[in-house]
Amino acid sequence: MSQGKFIHGLFGDEEQLLASAKKLQAKGVHVHDVFSPFPIHGIDPVIGVPRTRLSDAGFIYGAIGLSLCWFMIYYTIILDWPMNIGGKPNFSFWQNLPAFIPISFEMTVFCAAHGMVVSYLIRNRLFPGQTAYNPDLRTTDDKFLIAIDLGANAGVDAQTIEGILKDAGAEEVSFKEAA
Amino acid sequence: MASHEASIREPLILHDKTYHEITEDVSRPVETKANRAWWTLFSIALLAMLWGLGCITYTVGVGIGTWGLNKTVDWAWDITNFVWWVGIGHAGTLISAILLLFRQKWRMSINRSAEAMTIFAVICAALFPGIHMGRIWVSFWVLPLPNQFGSLWVNFNSPLLWDVFAISTYFSVSLVFWYMGLIPDFATIRDRAIRAAHPVRKYIYSILAFGWSGNARAWHRFEELSLVLAGLSTPLVLSVHTIVSMDFATSVIPGWHTTIFPPYFVAGAIFSGFAMVLTLLLVMRKVVNLESYITLNHIELMNKVITLTGSIVGVAYITELFISWYSGVEYEQYAFLNRATGPYWWAYWSMMTCNVITPQLFWFRKIRRSIVATFIISIFVNIGMWFERFVIIVTSIHRDYLPSSWSMFYPTFVDIGIFIGTLGIFGTFFMLYSRSFPVIAISEMKSILKSSGSLYKKNAH
Repeated sequence: MSQGKFIHGLFGDEEQLLASAKKLQAKGVHVHDVFSPFPIHGIDPVIGVPRTRLSDAGFIYGAIGLSLCWFMIYYTIILDWPMNIGGKPNFSFWQNLPAFIPISFEMTVFCAAHGMVVSYLIRNRLFPGQTAYNPDLRTTDDKFLIAIDLGANAGVDAQTIEGILKDAGAEEVSFKEAA
Repeated sequence: MASHEASIREPLILHDKTYHEITEDVSRPVETKANRAWWTLFSIALLAMLWGLGCITYTVGVGIGTWGLNKTVDWAWDITNFVWWVGIGHAGTLISAILLLFRQKWRMSINRSAEAMTIFAVICAALFPGIHMGRIWVSFWVLPLPNQFGSLWVNFNSPLLWDVFAISTYFSVSLVFWYMGLIPDFATIRDRAIRAAHPVRKYIYSILAFGWSGNARAWHRFEELSLVLAGLSTPLVLSVHTIVSMDFATSVIPGWHTTIFPPYFVAGAIFSGFAMVLTLLLVMRKVVNLESYITLNHIELMNKVITLTGSIVGVAYITELFISWYSGVEYEQYAFLNRATGPYWWAYWSMMTCNVITPQLFWFRKIRRSIVATFIISIFVNIGMWFERFVIIVTSIHRDYLPSSWSMFYPTFVDIGIFIGTLGIFGTFFMLYSRSFPVIAISEMKSILKSSGSLYKKNAH
């Protein structure tokens, strides 16, 4: 959170907030953040949220999972102690591969899913005991809040921003010292 | 938000709710005191759980000789219960993952509870292989850990080991998928507690909500994570029951070693799971007043899934019979003849009646939309699917190649007690969940209110 003055516009409807964000963007105003009780579709490009790379990371975690799994299987029952099971000895990894498919799949999914969840929690700074920073408690219920950092928008004066927010249907517009 | 949904479709949220009313309705059970009906059900479940834990303690202390197993029937109720519980779990993942990929919005009213059911059911399921080992304190031997017994590793060629990996992956992934969805809703309850100045609730839900603030970036990542986890969970849930079926299908026991098992088990799992979802939700929507969210429309849609999967199961039963005759293998033919006409004929025909005939009643719209009929049929399906596993497991092994070792299985009070105990564990967890967790995904319901709420539908006409 940067220090400085912020304008908060509180809306009762996500479409009004989206409209106000579009108008602000047209004026060249940078929106600091938006808080809402559910994802507002279409807001991300307007306020400049970059596409997350979480799924790319998920692919890498999955690949790591698969490699770990194959290493584990190869080491344990091919290299360290080949077992003769039903006359089909484990001397070759590739020839026994069909039997390893289920576990390979499970390990891939396990690592991809948990790796992604951990990355997600870190990126969103979510962990037990973390304090929430939504500026208005009603934004987890039925209100939608748009926060604009005046320090980052030195070129536009506060009254213009306030006017745009009010025109778009903001129920409350307030000035805050910090986000 | 522009809507893309046809106005002719039935609304998914009735009674002209607003965003705030959704929050109120779902938070109410968490914020108010439990009524007498809840305490009654909870006490019964708790007693059943304690009885089951007693029987488990007895089993662990004395050994599995306390069960009705014998040399011929060495797998019976334990594995039946294991497969039954795992199968029940599958509906939760189907609803939360597969229906998400298919963009079925009706899943949003039921996914939270169905996923809770998945998690509790998998806990009950995992108990059975654990205690069947006899020495539960060495159950970590199923993991590929370095050990002091020479270079003894687990057997990666064994379906039983595949099961270890499948069930543990399934459980842990379902758990985090469920919890990630819960975080925003815990934040809603947390912020309500702060506004109501309720210190205990504020403290608990602040921890549970992980500091969720609901900003645009967080929601963006949330949606990406949900989508990819759904994509991962979809093949995962199919793989789990496939692997469970391979416990049987890779053996050489007539009645078990059939290639039809994986799809047949997966369909059966979804079938039984949906029946359990209906059994639970029909009660819950009444007890915690969620009729506006879990509507007759939702019940009808679930009944359609039951009809579809029930029919797949029916086709699988008949295919099995046909193939056993067509195979020309004497033992195979006898296994199926014995199922239908042998000493366990009553189990076979209970299975056939409950699983093949009763769901066909849902072809009638009146029955599909009747709460009483749905509840009764869902119970029938639950019973039928338990019998299916019992029939597959016990009738295939109780008469093996040597008539001198033919035998029957009679459950002891311990077998019965542990099964009742798992019903109690499941019930206890579910009752606790229904009063401390938001039982409907609040944020998801709000996101579809404008396109599928009754007010919007009215205005669109």
